[in-house]
Amino acid sequence: MGLIEPQTGFPPLGTAKDVTGFLRLDNVTKTYVSDGQPVQALCGVSLAVRDGEFIALVGRSGCGKSTLLNLAGAMDFPTSGRVLLDGVSTSDVNENGLTRLRREKVGFIFQSFQLLNTLTVLENVELPLLLAGESDACDRAQQQLDLVELGDLGSRMPHQLSGGQMQRVAIARAMVHSPKLLLADEPTGNLDTVTGNVILEGLRRIADEGKTAILMATHSSESAAFTDAIVKMRDGRIQEVVRP
Amino acid sequence: MSRLRLFYRLILRPLHRELLRTFLVVLAVALGVAVVLALELAGDAAAGSFRSSIETLTGDADLEVTAIGGVPDEVIGKLATLPYSITVRPRIEDYAVVKATGQTVPLVGLDLIAEHPENLNLDRQNSAKADEIADTANQGVWISQRLGAKAGDKIRLQINDQTNEYLVRGVLKDSGDSGGLVLMDIATAQRALHRLGRVDRVLLKVPSTPSLEEWEQRLRAVLPAGVELRREGSQTDENRRMLSAFRWNLRILSYVALVVGAFLIFNTISVSVVRRRPEIGIVRALGASRSDVLTAFLGEAACFGFIGGLLGILSGRLLASGAVGLLGATVDNLYVSSRPAPIELTPGTILFGLAIGVGMSLASAASPAREASLVAPIEAMARGEREYAARVHKVRDLWIAVVLAVFGAAASLAPAIAGKPFFGYASALLMIAACAFAIPALVSGLTAVSSQLLRRIAGVEAFLASRSLAASLRRTSVLVGALATAIAMTTSVGIMVGSFRQTVQVWMDNQLTADLFLRPAGDPAVDRHPTIDPSLADKIALLPGVAGVDRFRGYEISYQGLPASLGSADTVGAHDLEKIQFLSGRRTSVVNAELRSGANAVVSEPFANKHHVRAGDVITLPLGAAQVPFRVVDIFYDYGSEKGFIVVDRSIMLRYVPDPAPSNLAVYVATGSSVDQVRAEVEKIASGHNLMIFTNRNLRTEAIRIFDRTFAITYALEVVAVTVAIIGIAGALLALVIDRRRELGLLRFLGAAVSQIRKLILVEAGLIGLLANLAGLALGIVLSLLLIFVINKQSFGWTIQFHWPIAVLLSALTLVYVATVLAGFYPARVAARLDPIEVVHEE
Repeated sequence: MGLIEPQTGFPPLGTAKDVTGFLRLDNVTKTYVSDGQPVQALCGVSLAVRDGEFIALVGRSGCGKSTLLNLAGAMDFPTSGRVLLDGVSTSDVNENGLTRLRREKVGFIFQSFQLLNTLTVLENVELPLLLAGESDACDRAQQQLDLVELGDLGSRMPHQLSGGQMQRVAIARAMVHSPKLLLADEPTGNLDTVTGNVILEGLRRIADEGKTAILMATHSSESAAFTDAIVKMRDGRIQEVVRP
Repeated sequence: MSRLRLFYRLILRPLHRELLRTFLVVLAVALGVAVVLALELAGDAAAGSFRSSIETLTGDADLEVTAIGGVPDEVIGKLATLPYSITVRPRIEDYAVVKATGQTVPLVGLDLIAEHPENLNLDRQNSAKADEIADTANQGVWISQRLGAKAGDKIRLQINDQTNEYLVRGVLKDSGDSGGLVLMDIATAQRALHRLGRVDRVLLKVPSTPSLEEWEQRLRAVLPAGVELRREGSQTDENRRMLSAFRWNLRILSYVALVVGAFLIFNTISVSVVRRRPEIGIVRALGASRSDVLTAFLGEAACFGFIGGLLGILSGRLLASGAVGLLGATVDNLYVSSRPAPIELTPGTILFGLAIGVGMSLASAASPAREASLVAPIEAMARGEREYAARVHKVRDLWIAVVLAVFGAAASLAPAIAGKPFFGYASALLMIAACAFAIPALVSGLTAVSSQLLRRIAGVEAFLASRSLAASLRRTSVLVGALATAIAMTTSVGIMVGSFRQTVQVWMDNQLTADLFLRPAGDPAVDRHPTIDPSLADKIALLPGVAGVDRFRGYEISYQGLPASLGSADTVGAHDLEKIQFLSGRRTSVVNAELRSGANAVVSEPFANKHHVRAGDVITLPLGAAQVPFRVVDIFYDYGSEKGFIVVDRSIMLRYVPDPAPSNLAVYVATGSSVDQVRAEVEKIASGHNLMIFTNRNLRTEAIRIFDRTFAITYALEVVAVTVAIIGIAGALLALVIDRRRELGLLRFLGAAVSQIRKLILVEAGLIGLLANLAGLALGIVLSLLLIFVINKQSFGWTIQFHWPIAVLLSALTLVYVATVLAGFYPARVAARLDPIEVVHEE
C-alpha cells in the first residue's frame, strides 16, 4: 500500500506529497446545490493512490463514495482543493482535456454493468478505443475478452449473458485502453456472492500486475477484503483507513 | 372526479415536464387540421356557391330557356303569348370591362320596361325614379355601388372589342357577394353585343299548379328542337358536379398532412406507453383495470387532438384567406367565372376541425393504447429495459406490405365511380400502407449492412447511431414512415406536375403554330367568349406578310348535364399548318377535310373521357332550331380546358348559328416576313377595336404562368406535410435523447467528447432523413404513376406523358434532408448538455 491520508485532523499532506501515484486528491471539497440549498458531498478529503494499489471506499449510501469516484475519474470538478491525475490538476484542464484524460487513463465499472444493449459484446469492449479513434480496436478488444475468459462470446448481445459475464465484459471494456486508474462503483452489487468473488479476484489480478490502480466503492466488507486498504467514509469525510 | 384527478396526475402532468416536445406534437396536429380546414373553407368560398358570377338579378324563376348561339326573339314572343299565366324574363348575359379600373364585371341586359323596379334592388337616392326607368332605359346603364360612380356620371365600358361611353342612370345596391355589375335595358345590350334578334337566356316563373314537371312538358312542346328548357339553377348544379373532382383531389391532398400527423401521434403515444410501463404496472397492481389504462392513453391522445384541433381551426381560418385567392383564380381559369364568397367559420366547421383533430389522434393512438392495456403488472414493474423495445415483426410486416401492394396494384386497374377515382385513392392509400409496413424490414436490413461501413466512413458516432436506430426499430420505422409519406407525396406531386408541365409545353409547341393571337381585351376566363368584329379577320388576311388568319368562335354549352365548350374553327387554309395531335395519330389536314365534309366534330380528350365518347360515336347538339347529330371523327389532346371541347367546322356551324363574329383570331405570318412588322400592321388596322395581341411566345408564357399558379396550392400543401413530418422528427429525436440519456451519459464516461455526442444525434437525424428519402422516393414514384395514369386520368381525363423533373426532385429531396438534419440540432444540443453523472447514476 502506498499512502492514504485521513481527512483533516490527521496529518494531511505531509507524507502524501512523497507518493508518486497516478491519483492525488488534496483537501478536496465538493458542494452541490439541491433545491437552492448547498449540500456538501465531500469535505476536505485528501487521498493518494499509487500505481497497482487496490483501494476500497466503504461507507453508507450518501457518504460521498460516488462523488469521490466521479472526481477521481475527471467526470467532475472539485469545489475547492485539487484532484491531480498523472500530476495534472483537473481544475486546470478544459472539457476536451478531461475527455482525453478519461479516454487514455481512466476506466469505469458500474454496479449495473452499463453495457450498451444495441452493441455486441465485442463492440461494447471496442467502444472506448473507437471513441478515441484507435485503429486496432477489434484485436485489442478481443484480447481483453480473452483475458476475462469470454473470448468466445464476442458476437453475443449483452442480454444473452449472465450478470457475472456482463460484469466481466464491463471489466474488459474498462481495461481495453490500459488505463492507469480503474474506478469501480459497487461492481458486485448486482451479483451473488460466488460470482462477485470471481469479479473481485479478477480486479485483484489487475492490481497485482502493478500497472493499474483501482479505487472501488462498495458496501460490502467481504469485498473490501480483496483490497490493499479500506478507506471508511462518513458524511463526506474520510473517517478511517484500515489495512485488511 | 377522482379519475380525472388521476388522469391529470399520471398523464397530463408529466407532459408539462417536456413542454417543448408536447408543443411540437400539438403543433403537428394543428398544422394537419389547419390545412384540411383551410382547403375546405377556401374551397367553399372560391367555388362554394358554384354560381357563375353572371347569375345575378335572376329573381325567383323556376325554369330557364337557353340555346347555343342565343334564344331567338320569336321564341320569347311564342312563350309570352301562351295562354298560361307565366312570367317571361329574357336576359342578355355577358361581361364588360370598366376601362377606368380594368375590372371585368358581369353585364346583364333585362327588359327594363317590363321589369318590376323592386326586383332591381335600386339605391333610390342615387337613381332615376322608378317611373322614369322605362323612359330612360335605352339611354344608359345602371351600375352596382361597388363600381363607384353615381347617377349622371359617364362610364366607359368595353363590350366585346368595342369601347363606348354610357350614362349612369342609377345605382344598384351591392349584395353581399357582389363583385360589381352593369345593367342595361335588353335592347341596348343587344345592340352593344351585336346580338340583335337573340337573347342569351329566358327565365320563366310558372304558377305552382300544375307540377313543375307538367309545366316542363307543356313548354317543351312549343319550343323548337334546338332550344333547351331546364330548371333554373341547373347550371349551378352542373358547375357543382364539374368542380367536384377538382375539390376532391385538393381535399385528398390536404389530408396528407393529417396522415403524417397520425404517424407522429402513434409514435408519441407509443413512446409514452413504453416510458410508463412501470407506472402502468403499479396502477394495475393497485386496482386499475385494463380499460382504465386504455382510456388513459386514449385520453392523452384526445388531449393532443383537441388542443391541436383548436389551434388548427384558428390557423386554418387564417390560411384560408390566403388560399381562397389561389383557388378562385384556378376556378376562373379552368372552370367557371365565379366570385369568391366570404369565408365562413361556422359552428359546423369548428366541430369538423375538432372532430378530425381528435378523431385522427384517437385512431392513431388506438394500437399503442391497447398495447398498454395488455401489459401484465408484474412484468411492467420488473426492473428491466426502458428502451423503446416494443416488438416488431418485420418479416410478417413485409409480407403484409406485399399483400397490400398487390391489392393496391389491383385497385389501380378499376374504373372511376361517378367520375371520381375512388379506387385510385384506395390504391394510393394501400401503397402508402404497404410502404409503412415494409419500412421496418428496410430499416433493419439497411442498418445491418451499413453500420460497419458507416463506422469506416463517418466514424464511431455513425456506427452507434446506426445501431441505435436498428435497436429502436419501431420508433425509427414510424419516424421514417411519417417522413417518407410526406416525401412521397412531395415527390409524386412534383413528378406529376413536372410531367404535366412538360406535356403542356410539348402540346403548345405543336398546337400553337400561329405567330399572333388576338382576342378582346379583358380578363381571360374559360367560360367567356367575347367576340371580335367579323370584318377584322378579312382585313388582316389582306395585310402584306400575312399567310392566313384562322377564326375561332367559342360557346358555353351544357352536355349531358355537365358544362362543356363548343367551338367552331376554320379548317381550311392556314389551319392546316397546325399540328394538332389526335389520339388516332392522324394528320391535321386529313381530319380537317372530314370536318368540312359534313356534320362531323372532333372532341377533346377530357370531353371524350368525361362523356365516354369514342371516335365514330354520334353526339347530338341543340343548334338553332334543330337537334343536330354530329359524328365524332377523332379525339384531340387538349390541356386548355378541363370541361372539354367539341370543335366543328366554322362553315357548318354558321349553317345553324349564323353569327359570324369570332372570339379569337390566329394570324400566320408568311415565311420571310417579319412578325414584328406584321404585328405593327395588325395593331394599326385593329386600332378601333379593343383587342389584346399576343405573340406566340407571349401566349405560351402566359399559359405556363397560369399553369404554375394553378399548382401553387399543391406545392403549399406538400410543404406543410413535410413541415409536419420534420416537426415530428425534432420532437421524436428529443424524446429519443431523453430516453437514451443513460446511454449518452455512459458514452461520456467511456471517453466520448461532447462533440461526439452531438454528432451522434445529428447522424441519427441524418440517417432517418436518408432512409426516409429512399423509402419516400420509391413510394413517390409509385404514387406519381397512380396520380398521372389513374387519379388524374379518371378525374380530369388528361393524358400526361411521364417525365422526370430531375432538378425539382433533387432540390426537394436535398431540402428535406437538410431540414431533417437541422431538426436534429436542438435535440443534439440537449444531448450534449446532459450531465453524465446524473443520468448514469439515476438508474
